[in-house]
Amino acid sequence: MFRDLYYGFKEFLRTYGALHLFFLQLLKHSPSILVRRFPLVVAQVYNAGALSLVIIMTCGFFVGGVLGLQGVSNLARFNAEDSAGTLTALSLLKELGPVITALLFAGRAGTALASEIGLMKATDQLAAMEMMATSPLRRVLVPRFLGGVIAMPLLAAVFSVVGLFGAHIVSVDLLQVDAGAYWQQLQANVDRSDVYEGIVKSVVFGVVASLLAVWEGYNAIPTAEGVGRATTRTVVLTAIAVLILDFMITAVAI
Amino acid sequence: MNETDKIVEISDLDYSRGQNEIFKGLNIAIPRGKITAIMGPSGTGKTTLLRLITRQLVPDHGHISVDNIDIAKLKQSELYRLRRRIGMLFQNGALLTDYNVFENVAFPLREHTKLPNRLIRHIVLTKLHAVGLRGAADMMPSELSGGMARRVALARAMVMDPDILIYDEPFVGLDPISMGVIVRLVRKMNDALGISSIIVSHDVQEVSTVADCTFLISHGKVVASGSPDDLHNTSSELVRQFMHGMADGPVAFHYAAPDYAEQLLGRDAE
Repeated sequence: MFRDLYYGFKEFLRTYGALHLFFLQLLKHSPSILVRRFPLVVAQVYNAGALSLVIIMTCGFFVGGVLGLQGVSNLARFNAEDSAGTLTALSLLKELGPVITALLFAGRAGTALASEIGLMKATDQLAAMEMMATSPLRRVLVPRFLGGVIAMPLLAAVFSVVGLFGAHIVSVDLLQVDAGAYWQQLQANVDRSDVYEGIVKSVVFGVVASLLAVWEGYNAIPTAEGVGRATTRTVVLTAIAVLILDFMITAVAI
Repeated sequence: MNETDKIVEISDLDYSRGQNEIFKGLNIAIPRGKITAIMGPSGTGKTTLLRLITRQLVPDHGHISVDNIDIAKLKQSELYRLRRRIGMLFQNGALLTDYNVFENVAFPLREHTKLPNRLIRHIVLTKLHAVGLRGAADMMPSELSGGMARRVALARAMVMDPDILIYDEPFVGLDPISMGVIVRLVRKMNDALGISSIIVSHDVQEVSTVADCTFLISHGKVVASGSPDDLHNTSSELVRQFMHGMADGPVAFHYAAPDYAEQLLGRDAE
């Protein structure tokens, strides 16, 4: 049993190290791709970002709405309904915006990336590029990674804004919280540092989600089953990584 | 044959995957300007050999030189420079599914040259015309039949006017008409453009009509070489079995297995 654990641990370290080397490779080529092949990156921002907008906005609206509902009804017990705005804004900006966006991003864009790259590998498209003297790393992987990294914070911002809008509709328009008090409280209690925390988180999650999607796709076993497994692993690993990192960043920020 | 007459030289090549020894002491010299076929039963590593020649894989031991350049010593940029002179036709075409036929053929030009769009258009249409698919320029790869996809891939492989064209199983799974088209194209390409062609295949019939020179590989070694006629009239048991498609012989019909009766009676279960 100890031997199994030992080999399992060794294997884990090996994969983890390889992932880091892969990450460094992506970073190494990122600046030149950003400058020289900018259209490729834009196309991927569109793929990962613009195409995820509908799901992000829908979810953001309802998450904001439910925060409004819970906030007002629970804070009413302490006669503090006016603070509902502060509560929803802080929850959205610092936690739910980045985290839920990252999870949705993994499900919508991460799976698409992983399966696309996996299938390109399975159908020899990556090998064909390699034979046409074009590096798949630079032509396929780096633009997709950068697209995700750029799209994710933007999506998180959209999520938070739409969420605030939803919360406002529920608290002020439906549950009759005074609009003046709602906004005054919100403005007084939400600092710039709260916004920064959310931005830092969404950038980190964007890097992690894109990295894992590209990595899993590139290392997929080139069969139907292998590509399927890679997409599943993308979602699962991203969810775990995002939730652990969220805890760590929050602990540092507080 | 002096040095410059060989486009690819492989000497003393060893390659194994895991426990599986694929090549052991392989020696091949492929002549320049000819069509050379590399044949062998399935699973002898013919595709692996192509990947070794193009350094998609690295051998465990031995030398490979392409156009008198030792490919083991190349840096990435030098390797890419060499690969621009090599066109490769993959078994399934390996067209980029995001792009239409035109853009697939234009891909190497757009990646490696700064040619104006008009000129790229001319080159691509010329190459597509050569494979008879100028009319399919706007189609997506998913709309093409297997034979058409392979012809598009062939147009793409030669769009940079390579010195070497490598075909991986170009005849597999084609109907007789497409097969005839591809065979003619291979011949025409080689003679008109002075290209050296390397074909990996196990279609004895087609290879015999098109190849100038043939190597037969089995168990990690070259077991016979010469013109297709030489191989047809050989005395070697193994070569005869392969060339005439006999079910049993030196290459056993049965994969290595325990004794049939023993296994059926379940004696080895314990």
